[in-house]
Amino acid sequence: MELKKYNLFFLYQETYALTKRLFIQLKRRPSTLLAGILQPIIWLFLFGALFSKAPEGFLPGVDSYGNFLGAGLIVFTAFSGALNSGLPLMFDREFGFLNRLLVAPLTSRLSIVLSAFFYITILSFVQSIVIMIVSYVLGYGWPNLYGLGIVFTTLILLVLFVTSISLCLAFILPGHIELIALIFVINLPLLFASTALAPISFMPNWLGWLASLNPLTFAIEPIRTAYTQTIDLELVALYAPYGELTCKSCISILFYLTVLSLIIIRPLLNRKLN
Amino acid sequence: MSYIKVKELSKSYSNIQALKGLSMEIPAGTLFGILGPNGAGKSTLIKILATLIEPDSGEISINNINLITNSRQIRELIGYVAQDVALDKILTGRELLDFQSDLYHIKKNNKIERIETLINQLDMNDWIDRKCGTYSGGMKRRIDLASGLLHLPKVLILDEPTVGLDIESRNIIWQLLKDLRNDGMTVLLSSHYLDEIDKLADRLIIIDHGRVIAQGTPAQLKNKLGGDRITLKVREFSNQAESEKICEILSSIDGISQIIINKAQGYSINFVADKEKDLLSKLKVELAFSKFEIFSLTQSQPSLDDVYLQATGKTLLDAEISMAGKRDLKKESKQSMR
Repeated sequence: MELKKYNLFFLYQETYALTKRLFIQLKRRPSTLLAGILQPIIWLFLFGALFSKAPEGFLPGVDSYGNFLGAGLIVFTAFSGALNSGLPLMFDREFGFLNRLLVAPLTSRLSIVLSAFFYITILSFVQSIVIMIVSYVLGYGWPNLYGLGIVFTTLILLVLFVTSISLCLAFILPGHIELIALIFVINLPLLFASTALAPISFMPNWLGWLASLNPLTFAIEPIRTAYTQTIDLELVALYAPYGELTCKSCISILFYLTVLSLIIIRPLLNRKLN
Repeated sequence: MSYIKVKELSKSYSNIQALKGLSMEIPAGTLFGILGPNGAGKSTLIKILATLIEPDSGEISINNINLITNSRQIRELIGYVAQDVALDKILTGRELLDFQSDLYHIKKNNKIERIETLINQLDMNDWIDRKCGTYSGGMKRRIDLASGLLHLPKVLILDEPTVGLDIESRNIIWQLLKDLRNDGMTVLLSSHYLDEIDKLADRLIIIDHGRVIAQGTPAQLKNKLGGDRITLKVREFSNQAESEKICEILSSIDGISQIIINKAQGYSINFVADKEKDLLSKLKVELAFSKFEIFSLTQSQPSLDDVYLQATGKTLLDAEISMAGKRDLKKESKQSMR
């Protein structure tokens, strides 16, 4: 029992140290944080302006395009951050810093993974809150407390899901060039093949299918619901070609995808870290 | 009583066999040297001892704890200083040591005291609060060494710790290693620098192509060679037939032994001459009789290089040069990545 207590403390000590290192890096090189905030804000302005003269009722259930876009950009920001979370690990692998961690008597090497999760989750929250504030200032609304709960729960699930994939890629791929190339290939196509920029009803059939199977969509729709005044988890949030999904179903799918990804990457992480 | 035991250790990377049934025993409290040219298998052995890679076969234990099955326990006993110093360029030296202390679960109060002690011991006061990215090679080595010593390990494992260092940093590190050994720590040091191992090591093994080719104290190994080491050339660049003929002549002289043809050095002949006998004048006569003239003749006390030469037929430098063209360092680096 005593040993378990110490182990938990040691796990905390290791995870804290590893997370602190990532935040020191962020503090001294804040360009990633700033770019991660600026890019979606620029998009919010540009896309908001692009569709500002769209006719009333152009989009179902929202007053303006900016209102519609906000949820997509919050999800995209969190998604991009999580997708890049494997990069620090890849650099540690390449430059031999990972060996420094591996020769240390870590209570659990899970702390290496946990620190990446904590770091990206906190970073995504900070970036999302800034985007939400900017959206609010632009008049695109603010979710109530219940809505905020939905926003952050959805973001945690998405970050866990994508971070686990990114960490897995950081171990599988031979170097950072390949990882960055893959991130480039995945990032924007996944955004455009989701409901971030347009509802499924606007899309051709094949793209509608893609968007309704895209994990980003399962995160975007609950957050969009969170911005409505009357939040009901049982209301239909996604009109997919294969059927209608409620807000609750979207979050559940995201939850199962996250659990599944963690189960899938576990053997690889065990092999690489033990 | 051996503190570290290695038995029949083998390890290969795709088609390259880095270790071929290597065995060694290291007593507690010794400064133990692993000498060999680049590509001999030193780094692979060190990485296995540091629990970074697993061997394909063989047994290995530290303080009677099986390294392969109890690697976490072993990590508490060892400190590791890698060949390529990997520092986080963004952190300051002090932040790096603080970070490392947390990974070794050092308590907060002890941590500050321990970090200060190491900063003073390794003379890092002037630059410890600068970012690691600004450090010179010597500074990087010292901070890396301090990281390996934070938790007061029982065994310190160093892979080529003085490669490319300035004399000041090298001397600081050498002195520290001697002090640690005198304090009872077991220090395991790999190097391809003969003088480093000769001056520092209490005992050593010489590795070549993944095998131990000699082991003992530096004095034992050199004494085994007998008398003075002589290098003879009858021409600047000789050939196989000529050198074999000279070997025959040398073999017939009483008091000359361990004759080796060093192909890499223009077919020069290396041999050991008995100190008690005046062999050089006799040698001149015998060579003149067979119509050979002496182009050059050097006489020296036996060194560890001679031990290596005796076992392999080439000097460490020649072995390094011949390996340099064969190794794909980029590929090796990728293979050793987790």
